[in-house]
Amino acid sequence: MSQDILKGKAFVLGKNIDTDQIIPAQHLVYSLNDPEERKFYGRYALSGTPSEESGLPQGNIPLVEDDAFESEFKIIVGGPNFGCGSSREHAPAALQIAGIQAIVSPSYARIFYRNSVDGGFVIPYESLEDLSKEVHTNDELEIHKNENVLKNITQNKTYKLKALGSVEDIVEAGGIFEYARKMGMVPKNEKVAS
Amino acid sequence: MSMTLTEKILAKHSGRSMVDPGETVWIDVDVLMTHDVCGPPTISIFHKEFGEEARVWDKDKLVIIPDHYIFTNDKYANRNVDILRAFAAEQTLPNYYDVGTDRYKGVCHVALPEEGYTRPGEVLFGTDSHTCTAGAFGQFATGIGNTDAAFIMGTGKLWVKVPETMRFEFEGDHLPPYIMAKDIILKVIGDIGVDGATYRTMEFAGPGIKALDIESRMTLTNMVIEAGGKNGVVEPDAKTEEYVNQRTEVSYELVHSDPDASYHSVYHYNLEEMVPMVAKPHSPDNKATAAELEGTPLTRAYIGSCTGGKLSDFKAAAEIIQGHDLAIDTFIVPATTEVANGLSTEKINGQTLKEIFEGAGCKIGRASCAACLGGPEDTFGRLNGKEVCISTTNRNFPGRMGSKDSEVYLASPYTVAASAVTGKITDPRQFIN
Repeated sequence: MSQDILKGKAFVLGKNIDTDQIIPAQHLVYSLNDPEERKFYGRYALSGTPSEESGLPQGNIPLVEDDAFESEFKIIVGGPNFGCGSSREHAPAALQIAGIQAIVSPSYARIFYRNSVDGGFVIPYESLEDLSKEVHTNDELEIHKNENVLKNITQNKTYKLKALGSVEDIVEAGGIFEYARKMGMVPKNEKVAS
Repeated sequence: MSMTLTEKILAKHSGRSMVDPGETVWIDVDVLMTHDVCGPPTISIFHKEFGEEARVWDKDKLVIIPDHYIFTNDKYANRNVDILRAFAAEQTLPNYYDVGTDRYKGVCHVALPEEGYTRPGEVLFGTDSHTCTAGAFGQFATGIGNTDAAFIMGTGKLWVKVPETMRFEFEGDHLPPYIMAKDIILKVIGDIGVDGATYRTMEFAGPGIKALDIESRMTLTNMVIEAGGKNGVVEPDAKTEEYVNQRTEVSYELVHSDPDASYHSVYHYNLEEMVPMVAKPHSPDNKATAAELEGTPLTRAYIGSCTGGKLSDFKAAAEIIQGHDLAIDTFIVPATTEVANGLSTEKINGQTLKEIFEGAGCKIGRASCAACLGGPEDTFGRLNGKEVCISTTNRNFPGRMGSKDSEVYLASPYTVAASAVTGKITDPRQFIN
């Protein structure tokens, strides 16, 4: 969480993107630990999204190309109620494994938001308005974390983002375990597996 | 200070005399539940963070119920159950309900009440979004992810933001004979939208809710997540106590909302004004009445899941199906083994429910989540192509029950059964006077 500016290409989605679209249930069987199996979460990230709604405004753009494991896109701009549906943590994990660093949406479903923050997968930024209507897939974006600002370099526009608020300390720490260790709530673990 | 039921439970479990909506508190957890999809990653985070030798915080408070991908040849899915079994052995867990044994239960949200884990006044977290079902017993119950569950496994605690409460008050003293709790919750979700209760509690109250039996209350709280709700609650009463006392000897405390508690909003409904409802593809809030959709062609009917796979759901469906041939493939999946046993013992006009379903040509599967969430391709009842299905389940997102090309309509067991008979969406009033 040390980078002050997140940079990368935008991938734009509509409203109510549910976790079945983010990672369809049939793929929830792979191990998140095994480095070879884990990659498949990247390959299938957002594979449940109807094609015409994937990569707006044009559509028919997959987040990850057919035989790839990682995406060329880094920041998702979504409509309201992003991440609704099931509690599967595999959803924010799949986006992270595909290479997504942050999401910008006017609102999130609460379990997805919690999972993104507590697992340290992606940073869920809240925008003041629905930017999925303004930003285009492939636009070059920058998120200036210290100023809570989103810059669309391609369109030369700047948008204010909401401060992370009460979860900022957990985001900054990199997840709930890192935060709890800092606060002395959980003992330090010397034998952390790779 | 006056508080709602949810605020009181969170105050007590955070060691405070009161809490306000919006504040973040760390609470003590009474029960943590996980299953075969989210259990294995939770266990691996637990060991990574607390060490290979770590022990769970309280063996009696951890409940593991494999239910999602059980009857499949998918090797990875089967491996997940092996991981749960090994963990239960390693930690000598008393509350593990293993596949292939007499202890196997099926769908966790129906199994939890059956086994006495849904106790009023307590806090239950589960690695499944429909954990909110247990709010029907006056418990604070909500879904979480693997990392949060692993944190609880090691510490017995978790942070929560105290939710504001929306109150849904129901007048009336009985359901019309053609209406089920599913119609009520589809109506409410359609009214407030799929994010209408995000971050909030949905509290169901009033004489209309008191009149509902326990399984109907479970159908209401089960689907609060479909409106984005953090939890749903029904105030516990004599019916709750009777149900819970038959299934556990653990003591608990009945918690009620104060009469002058403050609410985010209050909605008013009357049971007797309800009409059969349907959620159209591809969202649970895409509401219509069954009458408006009358005649919409279907290729399949599905009755099952934590929402619509309880014994009362099958009884309702059998009332309509008895004595009829079915026009479309109809799949029956009891939520739990206890419900499956009930299909063989519960009778209508001298016929068991199982005989009624088999006689009509239904396909009956084994207790599990089955096709409610699609799952591996060999899952019983999965929509593998362009099926148009009417289902008693809870979600109809694109691809939810399998193929992205399929379409799912959500409805009550009465409406699904009536539609199975005709092969088209059918208002159950055509079969029930």
